Amino acid sequence: MTKIGYFPGCSLNGTAKEYDLSLKAIARFADVELVELNDWNCCGATAAHSLNSTLAVALPARNLAIAERMGFDEILVPCAACYSRLAQALYEIKSDEKYRTKIPQLIEMEIKGTANPITVLDFINKYVLDKIKDKLTNKLNAKFACYYGCLLTRPEHLSTIERREDPLVMEQIVKLAGGIAIDWAFKVECCGAGLSVVRTDIVGKLCAKIVDDASSRGADAIVVACPMCHSNLDMRRSEINKNLSTDNKIPAIYITQLLGLALGIEPNKLGFDKHFVPADNFIQKLQKQTVEV
Amino acid sequence: MARIGVFVCHCGENISSTVDCAKVAEIASNYPGVVYSIDYKYMCSDPGQNLIKEAIQKHKLTGVVVAACSPRMHEPTFRKATAEAGLNPYLCEMANLREHCSWVHYREDTTTEKAAELVRVLVEKVKHNEELYPIKVPITKTALVIGGGIGGIQAALDIANSGHKVIMVEKNPSIGGKMAQLSETFPTLDCSQCILTPRMVEVAQHPNITLYTYAEIESVDGFIGNFKVTIRQKAKSVDHKACTGCGLCIEKCPIKKIPDEFNAGLGNRAAIYVPFPQAVPNKPVIDRNNCTYFLKGKCGLCKKVCPADAIHYEQEDELIKVDVGAIVAATGFDIKHSDFFPEYGYGKYPDVIDGLQFERLASASGPTLGVLKRPSDGKEPESIVFIACAGSRDPAKGIPYCSKICCMYTAKHAMLFKHKNHHGKATVFYMDIRAGGKMYDEFVRRAIEEDDVNYIRGRVSRIYEKNGKLIVCGVDTLLNSRPVEIEADMVVLATAAIANSDSEELAQKLHISYDPYHFFSEAHPKLRPVETNTAGIMLAGACQAPKDIPDTVSQASGTAAKVVALFSQDELTREPLIAYVNNNTCVGCFLCQSVCPYLAIEKEEIRRRDGTLVKTVAKINPGLCQGCGTCVALCRSKSIDIHGYTNRQIYAEVSALFNRREYAGV
Repeated sequence: MTKIGYFPGCSLNGTAKEYDLSLKAIARFADVELVELNDWNCCGATAAHSLNSTLAVALPARNLAIAERMGFDEILVPCAACYSRLAQALYEIKSDEKYRTKIPQLIEMEIKGTANPITVLDFINKYVLDKIKDKLTNKLNAKFACYYGCLLTRPEHLSTIERREDPLVMEQIVKLAGGIAIDWAFKVECCGAGLSVVRTDIVGKLCAKIVDDASSRGADAIVVACPMCHSNLDMRRSEINKNLSTDNKIPAIYITQLLGLALGIEPNKLGFDKHFVPADNFIQKLQKQTVEV
Repeated sequence: MARIGVFVCHCGENISSTVDCAKVAEIASNYPGVVYSIDYKYMCSDPGQNLIKEAIQKHKLTGVVVAACSPRMHEPTFRKATAEAGLNPYLCEMANLREHCSWVHYREDTTTEKAAELVRVLVEKVKHNEELYPIKVPITKTALVIGGGIGGIQAALDIANSGHKVIMVEKNPSIGGKMAQLSETFPTLDCSQCILTPRMVEVAQHPNITLYTYAEIESVDGFIGNFKVTIRQKAKSVDHKACTGCGLCIEKCPIKKIPDEFNAGLGNRAAIYVPFPQAVPNKPVIDRNNCTYFLKGKCGLCKKVCPADAIHYEQEDELIKVDVGAIVAATGFDIKHSDFFPEYGYGKYPDVIDGLQFERLASASGPTLGVLKRPSDGKEPESIVFIACAGSRDPAKGIPYCSKICCMYTAKHAMLFKHKNHHGKATVFYMDIRAGGKMYDEFVRRAIEEDDVNYIRGRVSRIYEKNGKLIVCGVDTLLNSRPVEIEADMVVLATAAIANSDSEELAQKLHISYDPYHFFSEAHPKLRPVETNTAGIMLAGACQAPKDIPDTVSQASGTAAKVVALFSQDELTREPLIAYVNNNTCVGCFLCQSVCPYLAIEKEEIRRRDGTLVKTVAKINPGLCQGCGTCVALCRSKSIDIHGYTNRQIYAEVSALFNRREYAGV
């Protein structure tokens, strides 16, 4: 069994519990043990980097240092915002002498920069796909709109994704799982992110475009790989629908949930009961199809 | 025994304000070998020069040191004066008291002291100077013009009309270049082909011009006045002497769906083709990569139908060797295509086109006969969005430079659209409008004010397709900086002008330098804009940098003037400050040959009288050597030296600096 470091961040312990559940479920299938970092702390997003540039490096750097101490070369960071902060901290420490000396003093830990944060998409490509290829029992005969948002594709120096303006990595995963990935217009558009709290109206407006385009192009579900995107597309659906003047019920699901379904894992073990926009209809449709197959 | 004269110039106040010139002259008079020393306000003036001439004759000087400004400007002046007094001009040296001393220091005793030291160093050098004589090289009075676009055409005609022979090489089956593809030209909106095609015909018919189309440069050797060029005449598979240009073969060719390069991929052509109806020569070639006969060995329809028996499948590439005295590179440019832009759809939307494609759509000779029809479904667009700076001025895309022509042609495109569809909606997204040029800004204002083109200052972030429309998402950075979304039937990207994909290869064949973007480099950005750093090779047009037609034509005429000036002499005179080899010590390792940037080092066999080979040694070609000294530094047996900068002279200078003596209490 492969062991890699795991940094869940606050979301996967709370609002994105289903992301955590489904991620661990597919990790088991892939024979990977996700070892949660001991005594991990907040990645700092977005308060730290809005207020204090040193703190913005120090907070995620402490998590990197913990991972190093635990002997990990790689840390799976499923939240795109957490990934961005950890990757940025590593980048700053490697490229800036000032941080290299200052950060160890602040966090009172040595940091060599040997533990690399990886995104959930890189994790799936590197550790999961090969292992589960033969275990995909459920053919996902549905259309999916793969949504990347901003932090998986930007900024340039942190993104590991190719064709950042029109990425295809999630589409390839969907295809492998037997699903149909549609071509659509808003895959790297902004969801409004943290404005969810203070300016829900803006999030409603931005996400309305995303939801509308995905469903009008015939998608059965929007696939995401970021808890922030998910909560905006899912939890803020009433605000979105107010903007669209419809009752749009297209579910937003995590890429890990999609793979879980393809592996035949029971939907409630993938946390589908935790969504605001129920995915029941969509799942029933899939199961009906799998019966037919 | 050396008899050196020292002449210290005040350069008005340029030198004398910080250096005590009289004192320098006084100190210099004490240097060993100096027999005459004087200071004067303007040494370069007539009285100043006379001072030198008289001193040379009166004091029987064997060497002259003029302590004044940088040698760049006045070394020729003083060497000429020296020669007029009967002394070999290369026995005159300059000490740079202005740039190297007075301009960079305050007025202090040490400044004067440094000036005196600079003079002393040159006095030591000039003692070892030798009499040198200019090198004479013969000139072949034929020019090679590479590229048959408007730049090449203009240069070729100007040179040919001055009575010199020109060889023109064009890689495509017809001359005409990019200009032949354009619809109308700014700022006058006159038809591009109407003004270009007569020039093309003139080239073909000119008695002084030999035209090779469908040909490329294979190799270039030699040097200014004496280039030896090999041209690869690609097999046309059609005997152009026998062909009457009737076009029957084209009509009967069964392969008709090849994307037409001349129409920027918007139309189709046959495998045997003439690029366009006004082509010069107006005779076809076979595209062997797409011809069934060459791919599968059968068909042969064109040969069967040809009434002149001009189809020759067995024809092979031919290598033609020519001698030329000057070369004009006029190879033009290319543009980025729409598949370069991920945010605009990676080329997946057929109605997102580039500027050259719009030219073809708007051109009366184009695939739609000048009716604007969009590529996807042939519908006439009601709304077109034009995006300027697509790629240009965008370091993130690797193209930080301005493509220069786009502001103008975008205004022209929007105008042409409005002239064809009066109720159409034309929108231009721009960063800045750069319309510097005669009647240029007026032209853009006309697009905005008279033709009602909507100019929005801002960038476009994304284009996507929805319900058959292209949704263009951008921002208006004026008027409260608001995001804008425009529904368009067609989008035209003014994509960046880039160097041709093979320009680097050609530059290496020509031994000329090129910039990081593979445009050819001029010798000086301001004062030598049409020459390259390699003597005898000149530039015309957009192969140097993006340029519009007027600029290209001006540069081409400038280049032609340079070529004609070169050809006005029977022999070339070159400075003799070049490398030379000592045959006695050269061991023939040829390390020098591998480092010479000008390929000026050849092999020479030394033989006894009976013909037996003694050894092979390096030989410097005086026509090619630029006197850079790289070979001198690398020579392991110290067998190479440079006239005017011999090791002996340099050592004399250096040891003078280290063996400082007090010549006067400064």
